[in-house]
Amino acid sequence: MAILSFFELEKKCLDANKTIYEIAQEEESLLSSDIVDVIRLRVLEDLLAMKDAIKNGLTSQEKSISGWCGDDCYKLITGFSSRPSLFGKIFEKITAYALATAEENLRMGRIVACPTAGSCGIVPSVIVAVAEERKIPEVQQVNGLLTAGMIGLIISNKVQLAGAVAGCQAECGVASAMAAAALVQMLGGNTGEIINAAALALKNILGLTCDPVCGLVEVPCIKRNAFLGVHAVTAAELAMCGVESKIPIDEIVDTLKITGQLMSPLLKETSLGGLAKTETALTLEKKLHKTKSNI
Amino acid sequence: MEQKSLFSVISPIMVGPSSSHTAGAVRLGLMAKNIYKNTFSKVKFVLYNSFATTGFGHGTDKGLLAGVLGFHVDDPTIKDIFNNIKGIEYSYEYREDISRHPNSVDITFDEKMTISGDSVGAGEIRINCIDGFSVNIDGTYDTLLLMYKDRPGMISTVSEIIQKQKVNIASLHCDRDSKGGIASMYVALDIPIGDDAVEKVRQTKDVFFVTNIRKLK
Repeated sequence: MAILSFFELEKKCLDANKTIYEIAQEEESLLSSDIVDVIRLRVLEDLLAMKDAIKNGLTSQEKSISGWCGDDCYKLITGFSSRPSLFGKIFEKITAYALATAEENLRMGRIVACPTAGSCGIVPSVIVAVAEERKIPEVQQVNGLLTAGMIGLIISNKVQLAGAVAGCQAECGVASAMAAAALVQMLGGNTGEIINAAALALKNILGLTCDPVCGLVEVPCIKRNAFLGVHAVTAAELAMCGVESKIPIDEIVDTLKITGQLMSPLLKETSLGGLAKTETALTLEKKLHKTKSNI
Repeated sequence: MEQKSLFSVISPIMVGPSSSHTAGAVRLGLMAKNIYKNTFSKVKFVLYNSFATTGFGHGTDKGLLAGVLGFHVDDPTIKDIFNNIKGIEYSYEYREDISRHPNSVDITFDEKMTISGDSVGAGEIRINCIDGFSVNIDGTYDTLLLMYKDRPGMISTVSEIIQKQKVNIASLHCDRDSKGGIASMYVALDIPIGDDAVEKVRQTKDVFFVTNIRKLK
């Protein structure tokens, strides 16, 4: 029986006295007819691919098609080495890892869509940065990623996770909710806190549009990964202090879906509105067009 | 509602930059190739809506072509596909049609078969039309697809062949253009049926097209 809402998920966890990741791996095992160990191995493969993408991104400065992007991660690493972040090492790593992954993505490098490619830096940056700094073993990182997956899966039962359908809320927004849940799991929070962290993250990105400049997954996508990685930490910290979302998460997901429907198509991955129609964006578009016809 | 896999949200491992516009495009191409099965010398892609307006920047054109040629979503050589592919004639058209999904494509092989599909997010896809017949194939099941002259008894003939293989049917759908006209049937299977069974379906009276579509990895 598919779990279609967070209400059902929480009830199932309480009734069976199980964590979200345990339910997630058991459900996936039932669905695929693979044993739980095989499921966990597949999740580990994803986790390792995420770490590879971070590693590749940290050492590359290769520019994108537009020539605009590709060296922001490098700027962060060099910047923080001479002036450490106010928020400390974990903040430095989350922002750098998010940019590293997102920049690998724009180079047509190998990444893990989580839930989408445009939002691929958010979940890995949070899991890997916190795991390194707090020395959290790999098995618990896998638990975190399974938890993130379950959160994304339930949201995706109600709304398609595509910018073209519901704007960036459904991509970077959902990724941030997934990362917040993973983080609470890795730090030992309970089911209520995990779901609450996802709710708080999701609630605070409602209305986020998808207006990529020149139709490229570059501006504002890349830096948004760093911002929403940090956003996930805010949600997790609040949830673990007992701060609750007044609106239950299932209603927030409904709101996200309706907001997506109300959103103009001009702001849903068509690059016909928003940042994509700014003077600077149009100038770049002309320049790109010239480059394209020169090839 | 059917349950979706966890790996629909924490996968695929893929080359960027967009799960819907790059990985989804590759998977639509792969699925179309699985359906058409024959070798081809010419392929035309009609891209709709967001696929049409932002496809260039997301490598949608490269992804679709890579898919019909059998590349996988994490193949780093997709980036350079236009420089490496020879002997295949390929073309693209760009259209706007609000009745279609925002990320939608028609793929035509050798002017013989047109397969339409949508990239529905997070790399997931749905084939919804083959030569004008509505289907709903998302690549998660091995699927038997056939076209035939509409007549009584076809469903039972086909299901009996499948039953003899001891294969469970996950779902079965039919469509037709008119009573006694051209009909289509697609059968989602828990495990693939053998070539001998496919051959039996092919030899069934009034069946004129059969394809055994493997699920996507």
